[in-house]
Amino acid sequence: MRRAELITGILMAALSAYLMHKSTELPVGWISGEGPGGGFWPFWLAAFMLLSSIWVIVNWFRRSSPPSQSDEPYMDAYALKMFILVGGGVTAMIGLVEIIGMHLAAAVFLIYYIRFLGGHNWKTTLSIALPTPVITFLFFDVALNKFLPTGLMDPLYIVLYDIFL
Amino acid sequence: MELLGLLSEGFLIAFEPLNFGLIVLGVVVGLFVGAMPGLGSVNGVAILLPMTFLVPPASAIMFLAALYYGAMYGGAISSIMLGIPGASTAVATTFDGRPLAIKGEADRALIAAALASFGGGTISIVLFTLFAPPLATIALDFGDPEIFALMMLAFATFVGLSGDDIAKTIFSICIGMVMSAIGFDVISGEPRLVLFDLIGFQSKINFLVLAIGIYGIGEMMWTIEVSRGDSMMSKATVTVDRVMANLKIFWNTWKTWFMASFLGFFVGILPAAGATPGSLMAYGVAKMTSKTPDDFGKGAVEGVVAPEAANNAASTGSMLPMLTLGIPGSPTTAVLLGGMVIWGLQPGPRLFVDEIDFVWGLIASLYAANLFAALINIAFIPLFLWFLKTPFTILAPLIFVLSMVGGYAATERMFDVWLMLILGVGGYLLRKLDYPVAPAVLAIVLGPITEPALRQSLLISDGDLMVFFNRPISGPIMITAIILLFLPLFQALWRRMRNKGGATAG
Repeated sequence: MRRAELITGILMAALSAYLMHKSTELPVGWISGEGPGGGFWPFWLAAFMLLSSIWVIVNWFRRSSPPSQSDEPYMDAYALKMFILVGGGVTAMIGLVEIIGMHLAAAVFLIYYIRFLGGHNWKTTLSIALPTPVITFLFFDVALNKFLPTGLMDPLYIVLYDIFL
Repeated sequence: MELLGLLSEGFLIAFEPLNFGLIVLGVVVGLFVGAMPGLGSVNGVAILLPMTFLVPPASAIMFLAALYYGAMYGGAISSIMLGIPGASTAVATTFDGRPLAIKGEADRALIAAALASFGGGTISIVLFTLFAPPLATIALDFGDPEIFALMMLAFATFVGLSGDDIAKTIFSICIGMVMSAIGFDVISGEPRLVLFDLIGFQSKINFLVLAIGIYGIGEMMWTIEVSRGDSMMSKATVTVDRVMANLKIFWNTWKTWFMASFLGFFVGILPAAGATPGSLMAYGVAKMTSKTPDDFGKGAVEGVVAPEAANNAASTGSMLPMLTLGIPGSPTTAVLLGGMVIWGLQPGPRLFVDEIDFVWGLIASLYAANLFAALINIAFIPLFLWFLKTPFTILAPLIFVLSMVGGYAATERMFDVWLMLILGVGGYLLRKLDYPVAPAVLAIVLGPITEPALRQSLLISDGDLMVFFNRPISGPIMITAIILLFLPLFQALWRRMRNKGGATAG
């Protein structure tokens, strides 16, 4: 926990510095007749971010914030395992959207999670994983006309749009 | 009497078939969302907001406000039956609700919670109806310096009152504001903060990307980590006789829920406070003023009544500044406010002039939602208990899918879905280190209002910061904000002085 606190503090300070630098692409000072320039607001906000990150780091050295006193691991074995399995699963689902489209990616993810992470039987798994893409299709694509990404499955969806729209 | 006329017209709007149906649906969804551990009103509103594009804006807001209400009722169900709060707002309900359930009096706790919620809701909506129009009238005269001062006050409450790490709170506020500044400069229209020169950052980050990331993906990851192991559910028997007996017991607690409702309402107005601290404070005050404080924590009905009345009252309270001033009183209302902006309804005092039908329809819908939440809650207790048995390993993946689909539907850009994932995971990792996430969500919603207010004010005054202090309304607000900002410092100094005094005396 202690190490994570310091590393995060330094990373956030770096992010703040980057944002300050990026803000200077627009004038950060006073433009006569126009008031503060376009970079003024984000520049000073990022400056405050940097100051508070430094404050977090100072607190780390003084050991005055709870995470900087804690000897517990930032993530224990269980948390790390779930982080990788769940976070990885969600990332893979969003990655799959580019290939098989959002509806099918959702179904694949549900099967992965409910059957393999959750350990439910196939009947439960499929009774949730199969209707979900149908419902999202009917709701978003058909009712709202918000077409969810289809990935490489375009030909299939052209047929479906023909039927439903 | 003009008020009653407006209100009755509002009722006509709220009882239009579509609106009425959506209010009932919102209440039901809210009850489920509130009852499920790991999901609260803010998660429900953030994840479901993109789904409401199907209906007209006014109906959508009524649906989401009803959901907010329902969730306040629902939170009590799992607090009592499982001993884990269904939402953070129902934490205090576990203190006495759980012991009652263990004693075999779960039905008493459930009904007391529902009725207290109803009482708290009713009192607070009446207060809302009375306070909102005059507040909006005052706020109509606000210029840019006043608006900026109010924003400062909203953020100062987080620093002064939330009790989180101050450095991390300031960081959270600023990063939310910076995120709202990405894309282009609203005044000059020039591209701004196009991070890493990615095309995706050439337009604004939609607040829903952050809200769903934090409250959908981040929250689920948090709950998965925190809620290891299964919980035990208590049994509840609900019969008409027992309901009647419980009604009587509830009436004897009227002082408690009266006090808690007022307290909850006024605490709810403060942006950093809201329903969770409101309910904890009400619990504390109820215990302090009780004739039998020793019963608290062992299954006192007042211990259920106080927090439940307060959290409902606070949820109404948090809508007061949102509608009249355009400053959300809670994360949930921040998301609601963001939604209103998407729909072209600019919250703030003008709403009470330009969108009078909408405002009064919404207020009337709160009365309706409150009543139906109470009725549906009591009538369908067995259904909620059955639903609570849904394993988290089924609920969590469904939420992830809803988050992805909803995040995409909001902006129709895959870039935003990836950004949502990154912000959600980032938010989860930061939250583990005590970085508060609510201020960032409020900031991304308020950023686009704060920046022009600041820049216009400085333009009027030719760069003189005194413009915020020497005007009759912005001055006191600004000074209050500064006092709040330094409150933690004063407290620390005070403690140090007392410790020193104590040391020399001892």
